[in-house]
Amino acid sequence: MRILGIAGSVRRESHNRKLLRAAGDVLPPGAELVEWEGLASLPIFDQDLESDPPATVSELLAAIDEADALLIATPEYNASLPGGLKNALDWASRPFPDNVLRDKPSVVVGASTGLFGAVWAQAEVRKVLKASGADVVENELPVGMADSAFTHDGSLADPELSARLADLLGDLTREVRTPAEVA
Amino acid sequence: MSTATTALRGTYTADPVHSSFGFSVRYQGVSLFRGTLDEVEATLTDGRLEGRAKVESISIRTPEQFRAHVLSAEFFDAENHPEVVYTSSDVDVSGDGTVTVEGELTIKGITRPVTATGTWIAPEGDAFGNTRGHLNLEAQVDRTEFDMNWNAPLPSGGKALANEVTLTVELSLVEQA
Repeated sequence: MRILGIAGSVRRESHNRKLLRAAGDVLPPGAELVEWEGLASLPIFDQDLESDPPATVSELLAAIDEADALLIATPEYNASLPGGLKNALDWASRPFPDNVLRDKPSVVVGASTGLFGAVWAQAEVRKVLKASGADVVENELPVGMADSAFTHDGSLADPELSARLADLLGDLTREVRTPAEVA
Repeated sequence: MSTATTALRGTYTADPVHSSFGFSVRYQGVSLFRGTLDEVEATLTDGRLEGRAKVESISIRTPEQFRAHVLSAEFFDAENHPEVVYTSSDVDVSGDGTVTVEGELTIKGITRPVTATGTWIAPEGDAFGNTRGHLNLEAQVDRTEFDMNWNAPLPSGGKALANEVTLTVELSLVEQA
């Protein structure tokens, strides 16, 4: 089973990329995590480009399509998700409704340097994914105080958070095996 | 059962290295955030406690935006109110060392009566030739009474930050000759 991981921040020392890697260490048996790192090279969504999309857009859509599930790690900018991540999800939502996100089992986690662990951004990402037709796990993983949340080897310092991350990934893989009934 | 109380006598000054003013507050409904104001001055004079702590010495140093937010007018307003001040009436000590202190706490220029409870560990000679006691106090306050009103609704309902804050003061008190 392939899980595609997308970190919503592109900076080198991104806490959310660390969070993806921490997820890679606690995957359920039989799952692999593949990271997609093309966020910064995506053009802004433009309906005029859809008929002949730029290569990075096609790569994103193919990566999501080929994955069994989606794991998004988002930072929080101004109480919401970063524009670059929203842009990627806007591209992925097209053409609606038969897009690559449709019924895609998805889970959202997030890290921020404040107390609240990008909890508002995670809710926004879930909203966008649901609006695009994805099959979204409702639980979240807020990793606050991200500057001190990771150990030197990149795992989560708090064993309780690490266990919750493993649980969320378990929920995600169960969703792949037995998708929720579509109403 | 009633317990006789006695007022403390003598003059003590807090050893700043071994004293702290701590706070803890629930956030996201479940987690507990703890912090301290590290630069503390306090004197205990015949049972009356006067203490002050520098807001700038708060343990939140990074990230920068977090520190700036806590020092801003939404919380401490450190620029206009650089210190937190506590003055007490008599510190009454029970036979078992428990203490109750009635006093006034000033944060952000707003003064409110606060009752603290804790423990007094009677002075003994320390390793450096001083006579040293220890006073530990705890009190609950509502931060909104001190005009610290910041909050945000959580996506799952409820508020991001609790109003109830627990204050914990540890004073290592050296008797003055």
